Amino acid sequence: MSDITTRDNAETPDHGHGAASSADAADLARPLYTGPGGLPAADVPHRPRASDVDPRAARRVERQVSAMFLLAVIMVILFVAAYVGIDPYTLVYIPVLGEVGAQNVALGFTFGLGVFAIGAGAIQWAKKLMPDVEVVQERHSMQSDGEETDAAVDQFERGKEESGFGQYRLIRRTLIAALALFPIPIVVLLRDLWSPKNGGFGPSPATLLSETAWTEGMPIVTDGTYVKIRPEDIPVGGLVSALPEDINEIQEEEHNLNERGKSAILLVRMEPDEIRSQQGEGWDFQGIVAYSKICTHVGCPIALYEHRTHHLLCPCHQSTFDLADSGNVIFGPAARRMPQLPIGVDEEGFLVAKSPFQEPVGPSFWERG
Amino acid sequence: MSTVEQVGGSVATYVDKRVGSNRFLARNLKKVFPDHWSFMLGEIALYSFIVVLLTGVFLTLFYKPSMVEVVYNGSYVPLKGVMMSEAYASTLDISFDVRGGLLIRQMHHWAALLFIAAMSVHMMRVFFTGAFRKPREFNWIIGVTLIALGLAAGFSGYSLPDDLLSGTGLQIARGIVQAIPIVGTWGAFLLFDGEFPGTEFISRLYGIHILLVPGLILALVTVHLMLVWVQKHTQFPGPGRTNNNVVGYPLMPIYMAKAGGFFFVVFGVITLIGGLVTINPIWIFGPYTPDQVSAGSQPDWYIGWLDGMLRIMPNWETVLFGYTISWNIFIPAVVIPGIVFTAAALYPFLEAWATGDKRDHNLLDRPRNAPVRTGIGVMAMTFYFLLFIGGGNDIIAITFDLSINSITWFLRIAIFVVPPLAFLITKRICLGLQRKDREKLLHGNESGRILRLPHGEFIEVHEPLTTKERAVIESAVEAYHPPLPAAEKTDANGVRNKKYRRQNLRSKLSHWFYGDAIVPPTYDEIEAGQAHVAHDAALEAPLHEHDVDSTVMVPFHGGILHTEGEPATNMEQLEDRGGHL
Repeated sequence: MSDITTRDNAETPDHGHGAASSADAADLARPLYTGPGGLPAADVPHRPRASDVDPRAARRVERQVSAMFLLAVIMVILFVAAYVGIDPYTLVYIPVLGEVGAQNVALGFTFGLGVFAIGAGAIQWAKKLMPDVEVVQERHSMQSDGEETDAAVDQFERGKEESGFGQYRLIRRTLIAALALFPIPIVVLLRDLWSPKNGGFGPSPATLLSETAWTEGMPIVTDGTYVKIRPEDIPVGGLVSALPEDINEIQEEEHNLNERGKSAILLVRMEPDEIRSQQGEGWDFQGIVAYSKICTHVGCPIALYEHRTHHLLCPCHQSTFDLADSGNVIFGPAARRMPQLPIGVDEEGFLVAKSPFQEPVGPSFWERG
Repeated sequence: MSTVEQVGGSVATYVDKRVGSNRFLARNLKKVFPDHWSFMLGEIALYSFIVVLLTGVFLTLFYKPSMVEVVYNGSYVPLKGVMMSEAYASTLDISFDVRGGLLIRQMHHWAALLFIAAMSVHMMRVFFTGAFRKPREFNWIIGVTLIALGLAAGFSGYSLPDDLLSGTGLQIARGIVQAIPIVGTWGAFLLFDGEFPGTEFISRLYGIHILLVPGLILALVTVHLMLVWVQKHTQFPGPGRTNNNVVGYPLMPIYMAKAGGFFFVVFGVITLIGGLVTINPIWIFGPYTPDQVSAGSQPDWYIGWLDGMLRIMPNWETVLFGYTISWNIFIPAVVIPGIVFTAAALYPFLEAWATGDKRDHNLLDRPRNAPVRTGIGVMAMTFYFLLFIGGGNDIIAITFDLSINSITWFLRIAIFVVPPLAFLITKRICLGLQRKDREKLLHGNESGRILRLPHGEFIEVHEPLTTKERAVIESAVEAYHPPLPAAEKTDANGVRNKKYRRQNLRSKLSHWFYGDAIVPPTYDEIEAGQAHVAHDAALEAPLHEHDVDSTVMVPFHGGILHTEGEPATNMEQLEDRGGHL
């Protein structure tokens, strides 16, 4: 109790010193001593609560608090009942929430309400039955006093002396060298975060990013159903998401989806005279153009195509490309056009790639140039 | 003494003999904490973090951090037979086949959102009230770090289910890493074990999400709270509250019940929301595949401002000596966030240097009494809000039938124009409020009542400020500083001042900070002003004599109604309780 000020030792704010308007450098260093308010905390007017003066009110609060704790008990029982008794696959319709899992809602409701009731009860108890009288404690400066500081300096100096850190120059320098190099193994160890499976000396990242599965004559298949495509399958204005024919073999061989993330293309058909420009002479086939599906900004797949304007819009950051005009960027944060894949048909009349992509697909990278 | 008390007592003694706990308890059980609703914001952050930890432990028992492709055979019919990663399949199992699994998953997500939201608002409270000032600069830096870690925790967790939406988020993260000059390409390959998406990333992210980041958060939260404990909480100005005391309620029993109860309230509310409101329905998005995406891709709200920056950045890219620098990605995704967090962390030191204020501050500032700081805060909020709009530009375009291009162009210009404007307006509002405060301190409150004096003069009756009002407004006196004096090029002896440029910059910054602030009256002037007001008000008193019924309720000094015969002040009530709380 000694910390609580009484009227006698409460600090009385020092009024009327008027120093604030003539502050100088010394004044800024002066500790803030006076507080506003004009009276010690002990004299702050205070209004008693109903539960302080009326025993009936206090008993009412007691009942409220106990009721909330009791509610928590009931909710726990209901929770277990819901866990055991409600079929996890039953859906119920609840207004506002819609079609929801009955058990999930029941578990959340009972558990949540129960836990909430514990908290509400405790707070009501604190607010209405525990004292609401403010008390005062003094603060103390964080700073150590001069004696303590001197002692610390003294002990540090003695330790330094005893260790001979200042004396043995060779030890000091070699220690610094050893400690400076000590983290290197930790960094070196991170090298195999990327471990090329073929002995560690595979193609560089830049080379890998620049290659896709598309080769000369590679048949184009639809995404999802993996069937070859004839030009007449695509109507004017149509859009087909497509992949190289051997995508599934590659995936099975490599056990990953990496190739899919690079080789995905979009086939779009427009009237041949609508094509204003292409990345290469005759890279279309009868108005069908093939572009990479991977955005050149940060690599989202793009599938929002407006056939009237031939605009392709990335759903992630809204870069817009014009597929009738070499896939050039017409708006948004992407800096590069969408790479075009030259296409033609094989002897059976299926669409194939006429050559690999002529530039890396996907987002930019340092070595891309 | 009851049996329970006896057992409790002997346990306490047993522990005390070994760790000296009673000494700690004696010192701290009655530790006083000040009260204010805004002090609960940090509590919400703490409690939601605890809920995140608890629910997260449950989820680790069922989640499989593996990108091995499996055929789904769980009970969610639309995806039966579909190839997907084990990570996604196990998340579906948690959602559909583990009883209560969906509840816990949704609680985890909601609590994480609440954690970051509460931290953000808590940070604003600390900023606008100047609670970061000496001696609490370290805790401010810890707080800024915690927000950054919170974003990392959120993003890494968002990516773990390996659904189409989260995979798209990772794809963007890959693109960003790849855009870092020189080291980016290798960085991305090291992170993903080669090309995107690879097969390792989910398990790597898992370690980061469940061990590294939460471990750091837990450690920093602990230090954060220990510092609050040791340095004692700041308080708002009020009657009896000084820079050297803490006025509030003791830990035991008040805050144990209030703060402990509030933990259950936060826990309960998160549980109710988790049970009733669907979040991140991953089963709708389907498994991740790098060649598909859904329209309207949106990150969680706290990533929105970063995404917005990516969206509104012009498409600048430079090729230099055969190397590509992607300014369009590097600047918004790496450089600006770096600047924002660094500036936030260093702000207390910048302000202290600019203002030359080296004093301890335990009494909070009212935002109006630091117009420039408040302006900077609102400027930062405006900046954030504009970028946040940018992050949802597609949704806004569709909802309001606007052109996405015009929204983007609007934001590209607004991001430079609106925040400075917000600064100026805020500062002006603060100065206006300061003038009003000065008025009140000198002339009291206007009552709107006109009084005719016996000799025929008309005056408007002003009323003295209530104790509380006066204490709060009077805090302006201590908050005010004149700007630092201008630097001298040469000293009195004509010797060149070597530190001139530094001092000059500092003085200019100080003038920027304090130059326009309204000089508050001195305590003497306030005292004189209030006395004058009381005198005026007293002229009116005879008119009211007849309608005062002194036996029931009398107006108590300070404007608080008081029933006669009952303890009226803190101290009297304390004595009434025998000095015990």
